[in-house]
Amino acid sequence: MISEFEKFKKFKAKTLPEEEFLASGHRACQGCGEVLALRMIMKALGKNVIICMATGCMEIITTPYPQTAWKVPWIHITFENAASVASGIESALKVLRRKGKVPKRHIDIVAIGGDGATSDIGLGWISGALERGHDFTYICLDNEAYMNTGAQRSSCTPYGAMTSTTPIGEKGSGQVTWKKNMPAIAVAHGIPYVATASPAYFLDLMNKVKKAALVKGPTYVHVYAPCPTGWGFAPERSIELARLVVETKAFPLYEVIEGHYIMSRKISKAKPIQEYLRGQRRFRHLSEEQVSYIQRRVDAEYEKLIKLSEMK
Amino acid sequence: MSRRVGIEVSIAVAEAVRLADVDVVAAYPITPQTHIIEHISELIATGQLDANFIPVESEHAAMSCCCGSSAAGARTFTSSSSQGLLLMSEVLFIPGPLRLPIVMVVADRALSAPINIWNDHQDIMSQRDIGWIQTFAQNGQEAFDLTLHAFRVAEDRRVSLPMIVTIDGFILSHVIEPVKLLTQEEVNQYLPPFKPRYRLDPKRPITMGPVGIPEVYTEAKVAHNEALKASKKVILQGWKEFADLFGRQYHPVETYRSEDADILLVTMGSISETAIGAVDAMRDRGQKVGLARILLWRPFPGPEFRRATRGAKALAVVDRCLPPGATSGPVGTELRSLFYKVPGAPKIFNFIAGLGGRDVRVKHLEEMVDKTMAYIKRRPKELYEVIGAHEK
Repeated sequence: MISEFEKFKKFKAKTLPEEEFLASGHRACQGCGEVLALRMIMKALGKNVIICMATGCMEIITTPYPQTAWKVPWIHITFENAASVASGIESALKVLRRKGKVPKRHIDIVAIGGDGATSDIGLGWISGALERGHDFTYICLDNEAYMNTGAQRSSCTPYGAMTSTTPIGEKGSGQVTWKKNMPAIAVAHGIPYVATASPAYFLDLMNKVKKAALVKGPTYVHVYAPCPTGWGFAPERSIELARLVVETKAFPLYEVIEGHYIMSRKISKAKPIQEYLRGQRRFRHLSEEQVSYIQRRVDAEYEKLIKLSEMK
Repeated sequence: MSRRVGIEVSIAVAEAVRLADVDVVAAYPITPQTHIIEHISELIATGQLDANFIPVESEHAAMSCCCGSSAAGARTFTSSSSQGLLLMSEVLFIPGPLRLPIVMVVADRALSAPINIWNDHQDIMSQRDIGWIQTFAQNGQEAFDLTLHAFRVAEDRRVSLPMIVTIDGFILSHVIEPVKLLTQEEVNQYLPPFKPRYRLDPKRPITMGPVGIPEVYTEAKVAHNEALKASKKVILQGWKEFADLFGRQYHPVETYRSEDADILLVTMGSISETAIGAVDAMRDRGQKVGLARILLWRPFPGPEFRRATRGAKALAVVDRCLPPGATSGPVGTELRSLFYKVPGAPKIFNFIAGLGGRDVRVKHLEEMVDKTMAYIKRRPKELYEVIGAHEK
């Protein structure tokens, strides 16, 4: 067991921190699931943190100079390198503390990127930072395509989804590949803590972020983030979808603590995948055959995960 | 007391980094930069330097780490070459406007294709406009001195800009030269501790690297450019104080036997020492030839260069970079622009030589001067020519 968890206290709905570290008035779309998740992540992290952010929706909506939504120190350099920037900050603070140039006080270093920044363009940078063992947390806010540039596919786009670079036509039927398993890639680095979370289960999300920040060494949290603009659904359905994706087993919630998989929420009676796909413009073209393929694959992937969680 | 030792120039650079008591070094190995970072790693491993070395997975990550480290308030160093410098190029444009005083030594090397590990200036010239202060060393002593000077200038609160010291790959990086190393006490007199104006600190939160909307973008670029231009004053002060303390005086443009010269060779980096030999040989034969060496490349020292070349009839400008399809080499273009319609300006002839490790010898420099003499009378057909290339 990780000793830092002895200090861990679960968040409770009644005693949630009132202070906001991501101010309102930013420029996110109505119903943005990503910024809802980010707000709760910041509540969980508190003020003693430095945020390194990749280029993307959250970066542009929070910092149109001379405005900023950030009440904590925040830095953005480029699209792919948030994990490297975090490495540099972590390394700097470590040596500055050792040399007595800054107070000994611990500061959480957190890198945040979208699914494109994480699974595509920034994968090597994240791998480098995880492998080197920096004491930092990487959070992927996964809205399953390049939403900031107009919904182009990424390697985290789910199978069948229509995006602006996987359009539907005589010869096009949406994304042809299965979603890249980023948490498994993080786990493969042998890091102490990996988790998945959804903003529909916000206490679970906050608890995981807090645990990730507490753990010494590199940690990774993959957060599902529904995007009404890019996926084509009514803005008020964001949280509903963030719940359905879990209830249909398409996005299982789990932790991987020192290599051991622990299911956060076992779904015994899963809802059919169609309930999740329905009402999203990106999936409306799906054939019965495609839907049944998705159902089979979702079930199989979930089974694999259950097996991993049953391993001693 | 400083001591004069025979030392490989890369090791001398690493010793300067040790004397600067650097906090963080993030680097990725590439020939011919390797000896610098290997020696720094050794200094850390043996406890002679208390710093963190981040062994990154690429040069892009190296510069990204440097940005984070500098933003957190640490004295930060890196080194690269050639393809590595190009891989970090995307990030290189950022610490300037963010005012992060990272120091980098570039061991110059040719660019692919064809792949070539030997020396020329194509790598650094391709990164000319990244908005860093850039100086060029001609020998090991300068490599050592300019590295210390770089920390002093970059971190000065009036400057707060990243700075590159350029040394020629192999020709300097791998050569053992006599170098006067300074002691820790001497360096402490010259280089104050790094006290950043801003740093990432939860006690005083700031937002670094926000979006620059059209209403503010131009102003941000102008502010960075103004800061880079204004840094010259501090660069000169840094050299003046270095001379006062240690007796070695540097100038943005160094001249050799230029006072009554009709023709001036214009060079950068290690080739300048060969040019001194060429000037002496030609002077012995009664030719009025001198040398103007550009030591400070960015910000370009326009007034100093005009002053240094006053009275010359023509400049034989040597570029160690061939930009395909351009009107001339980068230094040639810079100087033509500097002297455009200036009354009494010298004629400018541009020669490209020493690409990818091709030796530039005294005879090549003499050939350039001879051609320049002929071109004063009769204009050449082309705006530049390549010297020392074999015919088919």
